[in-house]
Amino acid sequence: MSDLPLIQADRAVPSPAATTTSTGGRGRRLRLLSRTDRVVITLMVLVPLLLVVALVWLPAVATVALSGTDWDGIGPLSEIEWVGGRNYSDVVNIYPPFVPAVQNNLLWLAALFVVATPFGMFLAVLLDKEIRGSRFYQTALYLPVVLSLALIGFVWQLIYSRDQGLLNAVLGGDTDWYGDPNVNIWAVLIAAGWRHVGYIMLLYLAGLKGVDPSLREAAAVDGASETSTFFRVVFPVMRPINIIVLVVTVIESLRAFDLVWVINKGRNGLELLSALVTQNVVGEASRIGFGSALATIMLVVSLVFITIYLATVMREDRR
Amino acid sequence: MSASTMTREPAADAPAKRRAPLRPARVALHLFLGAVAIGWLFPIIWAVLTSLRSYDYTAANGYASLGGWTFDNYVTAWQTAEFGKHFLNSVWITVPAVLLTLFLASCVAFVIARFSWKLNIVLLGLFTAANLLPQQALLIPLFRLFTEVPLPEFMSDSELLYDSYWGLILVNVAFQCGFCVFVLSNYMKALPRDLYEAAMVDGASVWRQYWQVTMPLCRPALAALATLEVTWIYNEFFWATVLMRSGDKFPVTSSLNNLRGEFFTDNNLVSAGSVLVAIPTLAIFFLLQKQFVRGLTLGASKG
Repeated sequence: MSDLPLIQADRAVPSPAATTTSTGGRGRRLRLLSRTDRVVITLMVLVPLLLVVALVWLPAVATVALSGTDWDGIGPLSEIEWVGGRNYSDVVNIYPPFVPAVQNNLLWLAALFVVATPFGMFLAVLLDKEIRGSRFYQTALYLPVVLSLALIGFVWQLIYSRDQGLLNAVLGGDTDWYGDPNVNIWAVLIAAGWRHVGYIMLLYLAGLKGVDPSLREAAAVDGASETSTFFRVVFPVMRPINIIVLVVTVIESLRAFDLVWVINKGRNGLELLSALVTQNVVGEASRIGFGSALATIMLVVSLVFITIYLATVMREDRR
Repeated sequence: MSASTMTREPAADAPAKRRAPLRPARVALHLFLGAVAIGWLFPIIWAVLTSLRSYDYTAANGYASLGGWTFDNYVTAWQTAEFGKHFLNSVWITVPAVLLTLFLASCVAFVIARFSWKLNIVLLGLFTAANLLPQQALLIPLFRLFTEVPLPEFMSDSELLYDSYWGLILVNVAFQCGFCVFVLSNYMKALPRDLYEAAMVDGASVWRQYWQVTMPLCRPALAALATLEVTWIYNEFFWATVLMRSGDKFPVTSSLNNLRGEFFTDNNLVSAGSVLVAIPTLAIFFLLQKQFVRGLTLGASKG
């Protein structure tokens, strides 16, 4: 054992009992790392980090920076003009789809938050009991979660299509569910909710299973009914999960894109911020600065909730 | 003494007693859940039913009818939309992306879990947040980046990151890494530290600790994550649509649009195509359901 590169000569072999995992112990170990080790560790962190920084964080910063410019995306970077907040005032004042898009995003959030998420939580509570067939119900509910949202748009098209859809065939009307701006956002929200409920149910069910059963037993011994047991004992204990569910709901509503894009590219009643950004890049006119202003708005809102999420999750970690 | 044992027995009986008087409520529960489950399955069942019917029949008799069963839609969809080629494209993108994601994420997770440096929180935050950002918001710079960065010809026949498999692979890896880092670091932190003690006594380098000690123990988490990631990357639609231009390199999700006609859409054909696209994820889901669920719950709570 004398030629081990890792263990210094003056230190005895650490006995298994010495796994006092105090930071002192771990800090000392740093000196035990050989040069190769340090290179390896650096690479192990740096390569993924570079990839994520280059493809996610740098673009995020660039988006914010570009939002203050007047660039059409074609010329070289040196020809960009700085226009400050003009793009933002344009977005708010002279861009017709902006207000409907914000409304739709808020509507999406509200629908998910008020209807889909509570329903998912409710189903999770129901399925938390040991009942037969629970597996079948769970499977049926989160089957939509494995389908891509674009696919869900197509599947619901079979129901919503004006001429060939099931809904009109059964109800006998001829509403263009996907095309009529008065109803299409609701039609799409139902399809989105269909998927969201299963996702939330799964998360919440996992959280419920982690609740200490003795709490429930204690409540039962005290004679509490099931509803009051849930609201007074289980729900407060699930606070971290509740926050995660809330944040997931918000993030999912901000990310809504695929569904409206396959239907009509986000126009005519289905405007969404994410679709607007994409239209401004991929569409006919390429207004980079302007699109970046929209994108920055999305980023800022997301980051608020992402921070909440991280704070919750890290705090749980340290407990 | 006897009084306390007497009070304890009713409590022990309570779960058993609770089932009997709830019988009518149980029935109601099953009816409700059953109705919800059937309602939930309905759109998919309808898609499958529609895909098995010929368009002529349904055009003549409407959809709320029976009859006109045929497999033709599947054959036509497969050929018209060239599903064989697009499925292969999906494989070319998904498999390397998943492998690379898991490898890179496990590297970072290992360092975070194994060493407790102050930087770890920042790292974890950077990776996890990257996973949650709305992708459309990052489109503009990424698009420009992709059209500028050259790639050697053997990696991309467009000689750019844009319109190349590698481009899609890398962007998927970048976005999915965060979730895997989060889950794996939590999982690895729960491993006993004695293992590393023993490994270091044996003179194992950090790499060997990672590869031979930690990774084999992470197999459950890796399996769960692999299941999730295959599903998510296979289903990925946005980047596949905007960062790929040549139609014949599209993965299967973005090629579904090909089934829609310019002025008219044969919904039966579209439903056959949709079912075809859904089959791999459904298959994975049914075969690996436990992994799928475990992956999501590991990511949501601390598992």
